Amino acid sequence: VSTLVLGEHESGIVKQSSFSAVEAASRSIGEGNSISMLLAGSGASLQQAASHAASSHPSISQVLVADTDKLTHPLAEPWAELVHLVQHRGGYSHIIAASSSFGKNVLPRAAALLDVSPITDVIEISGSQLFVRPIYAGNALCTVRYNGVEPCMLTIRSTSFPVSLNSADSKSDAAPISQVDLSTFSEDSLGKSRYLKHTTQDTERPDLGSARVVVTGGRGLKSAENFKLIEKLAEKLGGAVGATRAAVDAGFVPNELQVGQTGKIVAPELYIAFGVSGAIQHLAGMRDSKVIVAINKDADAPIFQVADYGLVADLFEAIPELLEKLPSKN
Amino acid sequence: MKIMVAVKRVIDYAVKIRVKPDKTGVETSNVKMSMNPFCEIALEEALRIKEAGLASEVIAVSMGPTQCVDTLRTGLAMGADRAIHVDAPATLYPLSVAKILKALVDIEKPGLLILGKQAIDDDCNQTGQMVAGLLKWPQGTFASKVVLDKEKQVATVDREVDGGLETLCLDLPAVITTDLRLNQPRYATLPNIMKAKSKVIKKVTPDELNVEIKSDLELVQVTEPPKRKAGVIVSSVDELIDKLKNDAHVF
Repeated sequence: VSTLVLGEHESGIVKQSSFSAVEAASRSIGEGNSISMLLAGSGASLQQAASHAASSHPSISQVLVADTDKLTHPLAEPWAELVHLVQHRGGYSHIIAASSSFGKNVLPRAAALLDVSPITDVIEISGSQLFVRPIYAGNALCTVRYNGVEPCMLTIRSTSFPVSLNSADSKSDAAPISQVDLSTFSEDSLGKSRYLKHTTQDTERPDLGSARVVVTGGRGLKSAENFKLIEKLAEKLGGAVGATRAAVDAGFVPNELQVGQTGKIVAPELYIAFGVSGAIQHLAGMRDSKVIVAINKDADAPIFQVADYGLVADLFEAIPELLEKLPSKN
Repeated sequence: MKIMVAVKRVIDYAVKIRVKPDKTGVETSNVKMSMNPFCEIALEEALRIKEAGLASEVIAVSMGPTQCVDTLRTGLAMGADRAIHVDAPATLYPLSVAKILKALVDIEKPGLLILGKQAIDDDCNQTGQMVAGLLKWPQGTFASKVVLDKEKQVATVDREVDGGLETLCLDLPAVITTDLRLNQPRYATLPNIMKAKSKVIKKVTPDELNVEIKSDLELVQVTEPPKRKAGVIVSSVDELIDKLKNDAHVF
């Protein structure tokens, strides 16, 4: 068995979710699995990311680098062609990416070019061809067996495959880095999509997907102004801010903070929900949190059925009191 | 320019699903079925583009057993001009769906193919990307805003990505998959429901489209997720902090 992991990087650093994909490959797919990480982009930050990949996870045996200005932005069209090309040279048994917006965008397209059925959002690997994934917003779990030709292609939910601390940063000798020969890179569908811009909110807070504490606000917050209370509490706890679809739709916060079936999937040690009713689509995004706290005025809110600790209270009184009494993490 | 929209019949989003005791799937008999909410958004977007004078015709497509015709009627009542029902087994995996869509695109030659980003039953989030790959068309997935420029034959698409919004410019023809915030789908009015009854739904089979249904996936079992054990209701912020410190040990 051999696995190709599609790596994502930013500012010269490989994303934690890509190491989760490595973790999934090394822990579960089989003995002697040789794991290569494929990185693409252009310029110095790509080369930095390659060194980062080569030295950061003991299971990575090779780093493949595709350096071309066609891949400066992680567009699905050139990436899918790249995966196709690298698979034809390397003959991998498995191709894995994290279920990030990048992995979800690229991997199914690449699978279509290779004429195989991908398996997305895998939360458990029970054998080299046997996978568990949530369906119906996590209200059922589906076990599927892949019977097709190689490669078997997966995206994995990174919260289900955390990178163990001792496997990160403990690499004695770096994996070899080699450049992908792009002389036969198919240009069939390239140039038909162009990257224009990326807008984001710069924030000092930790990333929602990997934060230890997540503080979430729902419709009960009533306004963008009031949502600052959630931000204050998150800052005090050194946590990230999340939101329900209702809060995002009402314009309190940007879409990237949405937790749920179609937003971010989080599994922090502590999840605190304020003014969140607990729609199944929201629960789908946070039900794997270790400890769930819900604070809501409505004692019948469904969120209380999944909460370890519930408090029926007005959040506008509870948050200031928590701000005053909770120990600071900073 | 024609727009093709794929619509899927799924268990209604408000239904609490039940896993069958024999673990072969979830209970679908006597359960309310509806158009997948993301597909409604896809159809709404196509209708708005047509109403803005940028498209001539909206074609709704669905595949699966006979009951898919109901979903197509809903689409026609919302405003689609005609519909195609691909008569196929209920369990089609996205690769087969993508191949069938490609075959239909080769016949109808639309300038845009719009799909929901995922179906709320299998939560796969694959079909749009796969058909775009098969067609070698550019893709704008998870779209929250679409602006068409008829003269330049391009679509500018805002995409909801992990770190915010990404804007892409796609040459037409293109595939777009819709996210929740793209639009608010309309309800079908009674006169339009009546009118839809006389609109044409053409039936084809995968065989007639020369698509071989490949099944490289086998469903082994469907189970209930582990239940969280019941929690406790605390009476004050002080008690909550005490529990978090001394029982849960998170501080």
